[in-house]
Amino acid sequence: MEALKQELKEKIIAVLNLEDISVADINDSDPLFGEGLGLDSIDALELIVLLDKDYGIKLVDPKEGKNIFQSINTMSAYITANRTK
Amino acid sequence: MKKTYINGIGCVSAQKTFEGNFAEGFELHENLNFFPLEKPDYKEFLNPVAARRMAKGVKTGIVASTIAMKEANLEMPDAIITGTGMGCIEDSDKFLKAIIDNNEQFLTPTSFIQSTHNTVGAQIALGLQCKAYNFTYVNAAVSFESALLDAKLHIDEGEANSVLIGGIDEMTDYTLSLFKLAGFIKKDEEGSFPILNSKTNGTVFSEGATFFALENEKKASTYAEVTAIEIINEIAVSEIFGKVEAFLKANNLEITDIDAIVLGINGDIAYDIYYDALTKNTFANIPQIYYKHLSGEYNTASAFGLYIGANIVKSQAIPEILKANAATRSEFKNILLYNQYHGIDHSFTLISKA
Amino acid sequence: MKIAITGMGIISAIGNSVDENFDSLINSRKAITTIGNIPTVHIDVMKVGEIKKTNDELAAELKLDSDNNFSRTAMIGAIAAKQAVENAGITSINEYKTGLISATSVSGMDTTEKHYYDYFDHPGLIKYISAHDAGDVAQKIAEEIGLKGFVTTISTACSSAANSIMLGARLINSGKLDRVIVGGTDALAKFTINGFKTLMILSDTYNTPFDNNRKGLNLGEAAAFLVLESDEMVKKENKKVLAYVSGFGNANDAFHQTASSENGEGAFLAMEKAFKIANLEPSDIDYINMHGTATPNNDLSEGRAVIRIFGEENVPDFSSTKPFTGHTLAAAAAIEAVYSVLALQNNVVYPNLNFETPMEEFDLLPQTELKHKNIEHVLSNSFGFGGNCSTVIFSKA
Repeated sequence: MEALKQELKEKIIAVLNLEDISVADINDSDPLFGEGLGLDSIDALELIVLLDKDYGIKLVDPKEGKNIFQSINTMSAYITANRTK
Repeated sequence: MKKTYINGIGCVSAQKTFEGNFAEGFELHENLNFFPLEKPDYKEFLNPVAARRMAKGVKTGIVASTIAMKEANLEMPDAIITGTGMGCIEDSDKFLKAIIDNNEQFLTPTSFIQSTHNTVGAQIALGLQCKAYNFTYVNAAVSFESALLDAKLHIDEGEANSVLIGGIDEMTDYTLSLFKLAGFIKKDEEGSFPILNSKTNGTVFSEGATFFALENEKKASTYAEVTAIEIINEIAVSEIFGKVEAFLKANNLEITDIDAIVLGINGDIAYDIYYDALTKNTFANIPQIYYKHLSGEYNTASAFGLYIGANIVKSQAIPEILKANAATRSEFKNILLYNQYHGIDHSFTLISKA
Repeated sequence: MKIAITGMGIISAIGNSVDENFDSLINSRKAITTIGNIPTVHIDVMKVGEIKKTNDELAAELKLDSDNNFSRTAMIGAIAAKQAVENAGITSINEYKTGLISATSVSGMDTTEKHYYDYFDHPGLIKYISAHDAGDVAQKIAEEIGLKGFVTTISTACSSAANSIMLGARLINSGKLDRVIVGGTDALAKFTINGFKTLMILSDTYNTPFDNNRKGLNLGEAAAFLVLESDEMVKKENKKVLAYVSGFGNANDAFHQTASSENGEGAFLAMEKAFKIANLEPSDIDYINMHGTATPNNDLSEGRAVIRIFGEENVPDFSSTKPFTGHTLAAAAAIEAVYSVLALQNNVVYPNLNFETPMEEFDLLPQTELKHKNIEHVLSNSFGFGGNCSTVIFSKA
């Protein structure tokens, strides 16, 4: 799970173009949306594509993302349970 | 009817126009047929969280608009009007490429959203929390002039006291290669690309953003008054002089009242004949100014032209590097600007000493 | 403010002329189908409002040369503009100070996206490079109607054509133009289909505006133009006035690049401005043609804004016509202007098709059946990305 969390942090920084953030700046349990990293609804859509492209998980309803993307912890748990790639 | 004054200007271009004194750092690029942008330090102007999604056009637009508003001491404009000929092609190319390369799979929204033509105007409004009138004009070489005309209409009709306007265009490697293929740009093989009296087709391209803070009152920072603008999509070369005469007459001026003329000469032998129609005859004996050897050509380069004209009116002097002829004039009261691209989208702009 | 509308032209999924469109509207004949003209992997998960003509048919209708470089957007734009000019009885287009204010978001992309990588190997395609931008679309339309004068284009996403109407009205009001052809055009393209898909706001079935279970929009394609003329022109040329543009407003939501604010601030401000210009009260409005795209976000935001303006108990009859035509982006406000004028002329409120369940958040019930009643004033909303919110009020002639 740790390797996945590291990988997720790297991918999020790359895909969302967070130029000034490093992997060390993102804590596993920090909120990703709202406060914390301060991501927004467009970023959520980007992450939904990431789930599909890199892990083979298709979300049909964007609202599902709300729970999955709460933190690195929730993301990695969901991916571990549902990945097809 | 209130008058329209240019009270602040911000310019990001192929020249170091975002800092320093006017024309101080102007450099020729005669061996280039594409001039790269002189980039400001974006971090000074942009919040990194917002900037991460922004393409060049949005970044340069925000920098230029911030500088213009600061100079005019304008905190919140009553309207924001932008012009762009090609729009946000960086993001548009990115999204289209992704569609084709990935066969419509795994596409992400950011570049699509940022590709809409009104993104620059929208991002400026978002940053300022400006809920006022916000239009974007996209009509090739009159994109900026349409914004200027709309802004002046606002001030004329008392619909606004201040309007922020800008012309923005960006270029990408791929679109540049397409323009070269289509013959819009001078052939690489030519090696040297002087603009005046050029004997070849095509022009030299670049990109940039130039913003103006227009207000209905004079300030210490006032450059000039915008007196009139006219946009005409098609004019025959033989009709140009007549149209200019009519334009001036409609504003109670004679040809002899014009003290200098700023022209969008871009070195394309096929279309510079439109400027010849004025420079070789009536306006042969007044100062003729050109600027695209410094700014490069792009649909909203005429905004750079207005930046040049406004500075000339303010300083009452023409830097050598801008002169297309040796004629002199002791005072610059009325300056006429004329631009077109590919023989269509003609615009005449009249600016005057405030 | 009272700017005369003297001519209209339209081509959309529900008809290739003003009469055909009206006939579809009053007979609840929607034209949302599976996409036919564009090959896409998403064909089974979306429905669109497609104009029922191929590019070859459109080119033939315009009698274009075989080596033309017209995009679909330019062709449908030219067809609609020509209809409008003819409908207005204009025979000598350059006789007075005349302008064209077009609107588009797709521009020539419907064509250039097909050839993006092919130019280098196929010299015959190079002609399309110059057909990519919005200015080229407007110039082609101007050439088709023979106009030499003020030509420009507005591109503010889905509010574009409303903004064209607005600028046109202001230019006539100030005396800068005697008459002006205003409107918009957008063809379907892979670019927009995929773009909206990434935002996850496309519905895989028929769009259901203001329904609690709405899933998103259906894209559409269309072009529509109206001719606006000054009072002097109307008198001088003895023109029949179809309706008036009596109010308009544009405001920016300044909330987010694509989503509308929760309380519909931009929409509220746009409507407020329109009433001020029109010198009318909300109670004067007999019908609201809503933007009503059927996205979860728009309908909630627009609904709230409408309630703020009218008061929840006093919202007049309203409907969205997007279940008929799909969301035609930059053309939307133009086709909906045509529909608003037809509503005034024929005293009808169009049905909001596909509606089943009222939204939970408030008490707004769209008109679900065609309704006949006297209509003096229509309010039309169009909201675009970048927080661009526009409202136009049309009044009976």
